[in-house]
Amino acid sequence: MYWFDDLEKYTERVAVICAGGLQKTYGELISGGDSLARRIGGRTLVFLMCSNTVESIKAYIGFLRARIVPVLVDSSIDPQLLSRLEKTYKPEYCYYTDNRASGGTTLFSHSGYTLFRTEYVRDYELFEDLGLLMTTSGSTGSPKLVRQSYQNIDSNTRSIIEYLGIIGSDRAITTLPMHYTYGLSIINTHFASGATILLNDAAVLQKEFWIMFKKYKATTFGGVPYVYEMLSKLHFDQMQLPSLRYITQAGGHLNAKLTREFLKICADKEIQMIIMYGQTEATARMSYLPWEYATKKIGSIGIAIPNGKFWIADTDMSPIEQPNVVGELVYEGPNVTLGYAQASEDLALGDERNGVLFTGDMAKRDTDGYYYIVGRKKRFLKIFGSRVNLDEVEELLTIHGISCVCAGKDDHLHVFITNPQDEDLARNFIVHNINIPRSALTFSVISEIPRSSSGKLLYSALPPIDPPRNE
Amino acid sequence: MSNLEKYNAAFIDSFGINAEKLNGLLYQSIPEWDSIGHMQLVAALEDSFQIMLETDDIIDLSSYEIGKKIIAKYGVVL
Repeated sequence: MYWFDDLEKYTERVAVICAGGLQKTYGELISGGDSLARRIGGRTLVFLMCSNTVESIKAYIGFLRARIVPVLVDSSIDPQLLSRLEKTYKPEYCYYTDNRASGGTTLFSHSGYTLFRTEYVRDYELFEDLGLLMTTSGSTGSPKLVRQSYQNIDSNTRSIIEYLGIIGSDRAITTLPMHYTYGLSIINTHFASGATILLNDAAVLQKEFWIMFKKYKATTFGGVPYVYEMLSKLHFDQMQLPSLRYITQAGGHLNAKLTREFLKICADKEIQMIIMYGQTEATARMSYLPWEYATKKIGSIGIAIPNGKFWIADTDMSPIEQPNVVGELVYEGPNVTLGYAQASEDLALGDERNGVLFTGDMAKRDTDGYYYIVGRKKRFLKIFGSRVNLDEVEELLTIHGISCVCAGKDDHLHVFITNPQDEDLARNFIVHNINIPRSALTFSVISEIPRSSSGKLLYSALPPIDPPRNE
Repeated sequence: MSNLEKYNAAFIDSFGINAEKLNGLLYQSIPEWDSIGHMQLVAALEDSFQIMLETDDIIDLSSYEIGKKIIAKYGVVL
């Protein structure tokens, strides 16, 4: 039985506590979710606008249980991008925050959320095991979705619970949005364990976060590298947090300096820090670094999660057996998702990956069997935990009439433009439409875009990129 | 540059805004003053005045006006 079908066993326990003090038991959560699902009736596609609120979580659980397939959408998504996604996938129903609900027929409103029937008529099939659709890159607004099966959600959740040792008395405080794979996996694993989620939208920089943390005695939280940067700035080492049991880190590479700093702080505080690696394409997690190896294997993503395995592929896709040789990291396991969707017809597609995921990350394995990521095969950056596809940014800027080439390293985007007068326009566009912060941007002016005789962009001919400040 | 000019410059540079916007400016009242902008602002204030803000002060710095009181605690006279 999938864990979300079996939540009745926790009926009396507290599932969520909100910042305002509102608490909901599992019984209340599932009866609310099930009744919302009944308003929709049967299996269909729904857009669910995600926020760290009871309403959003209730709907998510109710849809999973009723086999209604939700597309999880960021509640701060740009209206144009949302409308593009709607046109692409033609959902019959939407469950949106009141301020975003427009058009269609309103069926139900509750606690700031509105359920409405759209004008769309579903003219495509939903594959029988398709359970959930996640966006791949919230920032550039690509309509590409990852197709996750019920089996994927169930197996990944169970593997994570096993290696983290999540227990019913845990209280995870949210630090990440729910539409983000890592944030969702924290919700899934704690619900499947009968534990409690402390729901809030505050950042670790806000007083509300720490008030809630202390009042409801959080035992764990997860953070992307940027959360750890903020915690370092906030003197995490000096905070008194006796309820804290362990913390996790994922969503991009944490640099060695911060890793060492936090491993030491955690050792002093007698809590564990588990570094993990994953992708939406693998539901959420693929590996973890066991605490007893954390200081011995700094920079490593660890070993494959229970029921999964890694191997390194040569350019001809054959496995590289020798240690310390770089190739593409390949993951195999029951959490490898079905594939992508680019159009509504794709929702009828079955399993295209058969449990094998070529991650697009270049990696090596040491002699002890620990894996290390050394770079990306394609041109991606990871800025504040969000994947940024350089080719997409380039394309978006070009559409806006800006002649440019995008490059970068780790978490910093470097834009080469040919017309100096484009800089302000390009910066504003990137900051507001692609949601990349100013601090992660550098501009340079070049006389022309370097191209080969066949017209192909020559990235190697770009001027060297200066390392960003403070690094 | 006077201390007030330095203080204003920390906001103006961190958020890329005009000086007219400073009075009454609140955390999260403009898209630029999000958690990421906040970290930049803290770093800019620390650099400009050669101070190191404490946890509670970083968290309490929720408006342009409150920030003035906070840095005053570190001996900065505006």
